[in-house]
Amino acid sequence: MSPHAGYNFGFLDEYAKKEIRRAILKAISIPGYQVPYASREMPMGRGFGTGGLQLTLALIGADDVLKVIDQGSDDSVNAVNLRRFIEMTCPGVSTTTRTQDATLIQSRHRIPELPLTARQILVLQVPYPDALVVVEASEEKRKTMHGEADYSRLLVKLYEDIVKFNEITISHRYPTRINGHYVIDPSPIPRWDVPELDHSAALILFGAGREKKIYAVPPYTKAQPLAFDDVPFRVEDFRDEQGRRRGCHRCGCTNSFLDEFTDSSGKKLYQCSDSDWCDGQRRSPRE
Amino acid sequence: MNKVLEVRGLSKIYGPGCASCVESTGPEKETNLCPHCGSVVALHDVSFDLHEGEILGVMGESGSGKSTVVKNLYFDQMPSSGEATFFDADKQHDLFCLNAARQRWLRNHRFGMVYQNPHLGLNFNISAGGNIAERLLMSDLMDYGQIRERAKALLARTEVLLSRMDDLPGNFSGGMQQRVQIAKALATQPPLLYLDEVTTGLDLSVQARILDLILEIQQELKTAMVVVTHDLGVIRLLAGRAIVMKYGRIIESGLTDQILEDPQHAYTQRLVASAL
Repeated sequence: MSPHAGYNFGFLDEYAKKEIRRAILKAISIPGYQVPYASREMPMGRGFGTGGLQLTLALIGADDVLKVIDQGSDDSVNAVNLRRFIEMTCPGVSTTTRTQDATLIQSRHRIPELPLTARQILVLQVPYPDALVVVEASEEKRKTMHGEADYSRLLVKLYEDIVKFNEITISHRYPTRINGHYVIDPSPIPRWDVPELDHSAALILFGAGREKKIYAVPPYTKAQPLAFDDVPFRVEDFRDEQGRRRGCHRCGCTNSFLDEFTDSSGKKLYQCSDSDWCDGQRRSPRE
Repeated sequence: MNKVLEVRGLSKIYGPGCASCVESTGPEKETNLCPHCGSVVALHDVSFDLHEGEILGVMGESGSGKSTVVKNLYFDQMPSSGEATFFDADKQHDLFCLNAARQRWLRNHRFGMVYQNPHLGLNFNISAGGNIAERLLMSDLMDYGQIRERAKALLARTEVLLSRMDDLPGNFSGGMQQRVQIAKALATQPPLLYLDEVTTGLDLSVQARILDLILEIQQELKTAMVVVTHDLGVIRLLAGRAIVMKYGRIIESGLTDQILEDPQHAYTQRLVASAL
């Protein structure tokens, strides 16, 4: 790392890493609890994934294989810049775009389609860590509400949704109860990804740099999206007008989360949001 | 009759408080502001009992501390000293010794409160039905269909038009807002209900219908109630027993008829004489 001599491995100094690791341990010990930490100044604006980045830098070692995703893609600007920054400040670390090869995955707004394994850690970037912020402005009151597991006002929001629209309209950041107590904001992942949190083999960590909070869904921990007994949680269904499940126009996959976009002729196209999954399907379709 | 609530020596002082606060305030001193330390003695040594299905009236002028009594009992505030015991079936709860979570549980499951100002009791950003749903959800009912049915039944009981169930309470008249508040307070069928100036500011015909509703509820559900009001008519109609407060103290208590027909304390005599 000769051109950047003077920086520690992983940019953060060892004291900062130690503090973050302690926060991580506490977050794992109290699943879903938002652990406050001293979010450091990073050489990029808060809101660009500094929370996730600090988690990654505190966890990464020279033998790690890193994958960085932005909305499912390895090639979009946030992913590329974060990956370059980590390559630059962590000499010896290798990076990959293949989910199965990675030991550490930092992601923005998606969980990979390929089920994660026990030897992997997923780090999610979080803009708003507190699910209660939509119903209560005061952080002091929110803390009491979390402590007493008082989430009735979030449920009222779901009730009002069903009254008005006949379904729950939360598309992302779906409030999810971890281990039967704390409700978390699982970062802006789509509803499609929420079931992946439940009893995940991999450790899932959430870092909010601007809000200075770290929380975790430890491996094999219960994660239940809030819902009513008779109006269960459901994911996006991607059915067309005839009721057929839409497929990816690139790989033909019909069981992945799809992005909708319009091509130059104005036609609507659907494509796997997870680019690595899409490439994998093209190489060897699993179905 | 079973006792529901026993209040002993309830006191609330706003401010630092000093040794001579109590002796230098009260009805004889004609003030509740301590001249030595500037504290406000809102309540001092308030004691009463409430039995199942009974309505206790608390009357007095503005600033006499009558609302502070129910605010303390409903955990909106904590008293400076005093005890209150709530008898629930075969259990007893020492109200001011419980932790915050237990207090919240009692508040949500076993108590109901109707405020004078509907803005305190209702969330104006969610529909009338949603307000009732909130209380049902607090008491751990998690079935949308059942919540909806219960909310409908409660609003029908309190004579709110069901077609307006999904409207915001801000679009309702004052009387209807009060009905929604009562429906919300009754959602968990609490054995104890606090009513803080529920009819104040409503026109007379609406007042009469709300009072009728309260009486019907008391007879149907055997709910014990503490009714705070400055309106002697309300006390006469609703309360079997009443206490009269002035400057934070109870100056007279007894059967309502007795107090209204034969008031003993000079202040009560003036109060009764001045009633229209």
